[in-house]
Amino acid sequence: MGKFILSRFLNMIPTLLIVAVIVFLITRMIPGDPAAVMLGPQASVDDVEALTEQLGLNEPLVKQFTTYVGDILKGDFGTSITYNRPIVDIIMDRFPNTVILAASALLIAFLVGVPAGIISASRHNSLIDYFVMLVSLVGVSMPVFWLGVMLVLYFSVNLGWFPATGMGSMNDGIVPFLKHLILPSITLATIPMAEFARITRSSMLEVVSQDYIKSARAKGLSEWIVIVKHAFKNALTPLLTVLGLQVSMMLGGAVLTETIFSWPGMGLLIIDAIEKRDFIVVQSTVLFIAFIFVVVNLIVDILYKIVNPRVDYSSKGGS
Amino acid sequence: MTTMDTTESMNNKNNNNNEDDMEKAPNLFMRLLRNRLAAIGLFVVALMVITAIFAPWIATHPPYEMDVTKTLLGIGSEGHLLGTDNYGRDIYSRLIYGSRVSLIVGVSAVLFGAIIGTILGLVSGYFGGTLDSVIMRFMDGLFAFPFILLAITLMTVLGQGLFNVILAVGIANIPGFARVIRGQVLSVKEEEFIEVTRSLGARHGRIIFQHILPNSIAPLIVYGTMSVAGAIISEAALSFLGLGVQPPTASWGSMLKEGKDFLVLNPHVATVSGLAILISVLGINLLGDGLRDALDPKMKL
Repeated sequence: MGKFILSRFLNMIPTLLIVAVIVFLITRMIPGDPAAVMLGPQASVDDVEALTEQLGLNEPLVKQFTTYVGDILKGDFGTSITYNRPIVDIIMDRFPNTVILAASALLIAFLVGVPAGIISASRHNSLIDYFVMLVSLVGVSMPVFWLGVMLVLYFSVNLGWFPATGMGSMNDGIVPFLKHLILPSITLATIPMAEFARITRSSMLEVVSQDYIKSARAKGLSEWIVIVKHAFKNALTPLLTVLGLQVSMMLGGAVLTETIFSWPGMGLLIIDAIEKRDFIVVQSTVLFIAFIFVVVNLIVDILYKIVNPRVDYSSKGGS
Repeated sequence: MTTMDTTESMNNKNNNNNEDDMEKAPNLFMRLLRNRLAAIGLFVVALMVITAIFAPWIATHPPYEMDVTKTLLGIGSEGHLLGTDNYGRDIYSRLIYGSRVSLIVGVSAVLFGAIIGTILGLVSGYFGGTLDSVIMRFMDGLFAFPFILLAITLMTVLGQGLFNVILAVGIANIPGFARVIRGQVLSVKEEEFIEVTRSLGARHGRIIFQHILPNSIAPLIVYGTMSVAGAIISEAALSFLGLGVQPPTASWGSMLKEGKDFLVLNPHVATVSGLAILISVLGINLLGDGLRDALDPKMKL
């Protein structure tokens, strides 16, 4: 197990390096002089030159890249001109907010999606099965940014139950905090919820036709025990496989969700930075999110191995 | 020549190993229509294509025609089926024209991603070795970005515009296709008929394009269809964030963005534009599901 974790960990390093290369290349694709674009049309020639110098944009590309990677390794993401703060500080301010949002969305998705899938599978071809399938089909096709706007329309504008924007402070008590959290969480939870329901249902259906489930039933175990203890345990593996992908989708969905609800997380930071043309912040934040995702995938892989020790990674990388 | 024919027929045999299915339903199209959900999906997609092609005849107003005396009218107002937006533009007509942007971006971006991704996947899976490692490492790197975030980052650099949206969403689509095709190649590569073809002296190019690629078509079609749905959502998301097509182009995403700002005064601008996205994406997903079941129910996609 230790060897497995170590090898996965070492495998992660080239991926992280390539992620850094990709972000570097994309930001160098900015047409024209990036410093001039960042400072806007009113900037003087001297200012542009000073910023070009400061960002090292007049150095050769290879030199720029080595400096860039070296700085990242030191944990230095540079300083934002528009925020006038080190970018690491800005990200560390925002990151916990995104984690709160994503974690609560994941919790909702899991608590609703998985039981829905189990019930759907155990009542195969019943009315409730069709209902769950229909709802989850709509769920996976949902443009979440539209759902967010609609939730604001009904629950904030029309009913006035929940605030439309912002994030409540814990200092004001738990109730306002949760009231701020609920609409963005539901928005972000919709797609993973639907995916969890579909995956759980299909893997449960596959498992319940196996012999050992039949023999568990034949032993006279109650249906509840058969489903939860015997079937679900084995249906868990496919769920884990999609978990990594869903976390990635959620980090992306968070950009849209945070924009709609003005939730002060990493996504809103990116969109704000784009509006201010602060490319350094965009570049660093995107890089940070990609790093997080690679690490999350490592954790998912390890969990996968714990749940299903026979997994052989030597042939990994297929479909 | 005769030897080549032998391998060809072996190849075909491999294609048609679900002969029971074949007998039950004569062709793919019939099998697809037999599935009620897939038929609904096909209907929605057909409707969308017709709307996009014949937009000037279906719309009641030019999509950019403003009328400041008639702003934010409600549904069913005189002369405006779905009312007007904050510039007095006819919402129904903009919705009709919006299907063009969605369809163009959806199809072009996926074609772009599919062509490059397929080539990379074929080369990577067929030749293996260092080339495979290098390509797939790069794909892993691209995969580390949440899809929409990669598109957003590319749009920041490229700037607004229809072509740039296609490019950004297309690039974000590459790693998915590369992975699917590579996986398919790996499973087909070891089949006997490939070995036979190779032992008969067929060149790499011939083996790849005549034997391996045709065996990867089914997953390519299914994955491609599903990707169109994703690309349509991505375009709408980009335009919603103000990073997509340039105003005043009528896109469902940009309509939603404008509708959001007038949510209290006229909520249905946002409602109908989002519904259009949802219905078309749902339709494409239903079609994709149906295609998978019709082609190969055991396909892992």
